[in-house]
Amino acid sequence: MATKVEKDAITGQDTTGHEWDGLKELNTPLPKWWLYVMYATIAFAVVWWVLYPSWPWFNTYFPGILHYSQRKALDERMAEAAAARSGYEKRLAAASLEQIASDPQLMAFAYAGGQAAFNDNCAPCHGLGGAGQGNYPSLADDSWLWGGTLDAIETTIKYGIRSGNPDARFNQMPAFGADKMLDQKQIDDVATYVLSLSGEAPAESKDQAAAVKSGGVIFAEQCAACHGDDGKGNQELGAPNLTDDIWLYGGTKADIVRQIYQPRQGVMPAWEGRLDPVTIKSLAIYVHALGGGQ
Amino acid sequence: MSFEFQTAPPTGEVRVEDAVSFKELKKTPLYASRIKVYAKAVRGRFRRIKWAVLIALLGIYYIVPWLRWDRGPGVPDQALLIDMPSRRAYFFWFEIWPQEIYYLTFVLMLGAFGLFLATSIGGRVWCGFTCPQTVWTDLFMWVERRIEGDRGARIRLDKAPLSRTKILRKGTKHAAWLLIAALTGGAWIMYFNDAPTVTRAIVTGEASFAQYFFFGLFTLTTYLFAGFAREQVCTFMCPWPRFQAALLDQDSYVVTYERWRGEPRAPHKKGQSWEGRGDCIACNNCVAVCPMGIDIRDGLQLECIGCGLCVDACNDVMGRIGRPRELITLDTERNLQQRMQGLPSTTRIIRPRTLIYAAILLVIGSGVLIGLSTRSTVDINVLHDRNPLFVTLSDGGIRNGYTIKILNKSRTTQHFDLALRGIAGASFSVLGEEGEGSGAELAARPDTVTTYRVFVTVPRKLANHDGEHGEHHGDDEHEEAGVQRLTMVLTDRAGAAAERTTVFRRPD
Repeated sequence: MATKVEKDAITGQDTTGHEWDGLKELNTPLPKWWLYVMYATIAFAVVWWVLYPSWPWFNTYFPGILHYSQRKALDERMAEAAAARSGYEKRLAAASLEQIASDPQLMAFAYAGGQAAFNDNCAPCHGLGGAGQGNYPSLADDSWLWGGTLDAIETTIKYGIRSGNPDARFNQMPAFGADKMLDQKQIDDVATYVLSLSGEAPAESKDQAAAVKSGGVIFAEQCAACHGDDGKGNQELGAPNLTDDIWLYGGTKADIVRQIYQPRQGVMPAWEGRLDPVTIKSLAIYVHALGGGQ
Repeated sequence: MSFEFQTAPPTGEVRVEDAVSFKELKKTPLYASRIKVYAKAVRGRFRRIKWAVLIALLGIYYIVPWLRWDRGPGVPDQALLIDMPSRRAYFFWFEIWPQEIYYLTFVLMLGAFGLFLATSIGGRVWCGFTCPQTVWTDLFMWVERRIEGDRGARIRLDKAPLSRTKILRKGTKHAAWLLIAALTGGAWIMYFNDAPTVTRAIVTGEASFAQYFFFGLFTLTTYLFAGFAREQVCTFMCPWPRFQAALLDQDSYVVTYERWRGEPRAPHKKGQSWEGRGDCIACNNCVAVCPMGIDIRDGLQLECIGCGLCVDACNDVMGRIGRPRELITLDTERNLQQRMQGLPSTTRIIRPRTLIYAAILLVIGSGVLIGLSTRSTVDINVLHDRNPLFVTLSDGGIRNGYTIKILNKSRTTQHFDLALRGIAGASFSVLGEEGEGSGAELAARPDTVTTYRVFVTVPRKLANHDGEHGEHHGDDEHEEAGVQRLTMVLTDRAGAAAERTTVFRRPD
């Protein structure tokens, strides 16, 4: 430590007493405004310690005399939002789906709420806007496995499909190939027949005509019970329409053969209990309004 | 010759004075404490103009929020109101929606070029007469003068030891300042809230946090800026003085000191000869009255706000000692030279610089007026769905979803007939409306945005048919595969049709 404070002759300022290669550093004080701002921040910090959660303790912390907590603040804001929604939600709970759909105000509210709930819960499989992806069906088209009316959609959302819920939509297509119910040639013929139903008939040839004919016989025996004599399906049983342009598991012959041999069976969870009834209603309204509602 | 900010008087002149401008205290370091300015009261032409402008501007500021303007039921009846919560701004005849905020850009441009024009003609007239900083500082100085007395009395009061009189005087002054500041902050929030309602709410303690916050904020800033910061706002905070020199030329009227007539300056006793000396008697009244604390005899400088109070002070003195007036005067650089050589003065207000500024002002101003007067009360937006881009239907047809937003600024419901054009065989349905077909009526509710979901379907044989390339869009070689152009036509009851072109997508 310097014992004597040296003054710089030119500026009149104290020096730090250090010398490097003949250069001495001035001990210039901090600008006053800067210093005062620092003091102010210290004072601010002390006030903050007292008012807000600050000092940690082994298994707890000092909560501050205001007892502020972000979690609590969030809960309060959520409660406020819920209170703001409650008027509409009460009306939604009391109204039937048809009543909601015919009331523009309720409809707009349910649509917006349904959209938010859809994006959170349904979009991971069904895609944004219900576009569908992979083997998850599109909800925006006009083809429905289990029915596209408001009530049918609500039931599907509530109980799910093959979800294990006692009221779930359930069906099971037999594994015709894997369980050796049909041999390879028969499966091939049925697939050819099914393709012919949707007008995708392969080029006319003797073999094809014969395959369609024999496939038709097998279809009538094995498939028509669920898919109907005309192949138009049955929404009561969740049997898809085989005559249209929409194929959940693919529309090529190989896809159809594979589905007959060892069918894939999609599962959708039951949302009752996970989502409240008003949200499920809103979802039904939203899905119905995606464009395919019946 | 160009203007330069002189930081010191030319060397070689010896003078002895005791009132000095703070610039002459040459030991100015990078940071210097403020040297308090005790502006002396003055009478004269510019002072009268300043009072008149002050009364007019304060009058406008305080009265305008109380003007009423009938817009019909359910709509604010305040003539000038920026209603943030409901996203509307009302300016007498006009109602601006947030989408039209770009008008603000043009208003700012008008302000900027107006300022350029005024400066190139009359120097810093804005700063000296109309700037809120000047107006409120003037008002606060007037209050100060009424309570503490003029320059000399105020200097004595500040130097005097603390006494009951001093506390009383200072306390009264600050109370008066705070009252004016509160009225100023109070008037400010009236531009954003219904004036009578918010006044009642503020007084009864029922106003919102935001209202009290801005009321407090503008009270505080007024008090600080007009009471304490004063000329420092102009010198250190405002960017305007920094580039005003670029807008001035030899024909701009600025406050100038006729050095050729005033120098050499010296005190003058009655009866002494005026031979061999200048008209300036070094009374320093021009410095004493200056609200910026500068000496105009140093030449045009950054701090000068061009208020002309030194002109009044000097004219008063010249009149009393019987010398020609206008030793300090509002004049141009060119005239200063000419009169020095005994030539007559010339005035050139119309010159390329002012003409260009005026032309720009005219163009922007008429553009805004045309824009506002022909502004449509309906705006239609058509948005093609992104998810899904298209939907394949069971019969092989392709459907696209659209959102139509109709922004209806009028007070009545507007009806539109929707029709499609561009794709043969396309049909559409509107969510929530019955039926499917090629025509539908959409109602746009008043004073809001009404949203419709529209589904357009093209049957399979047409959807897979590439004929549209040859039929309708053969001219567009860069058309993306799987994308067709679709036009939605919305016709209102008066038969006016609005067309919005969008796309129709299908699988590639």
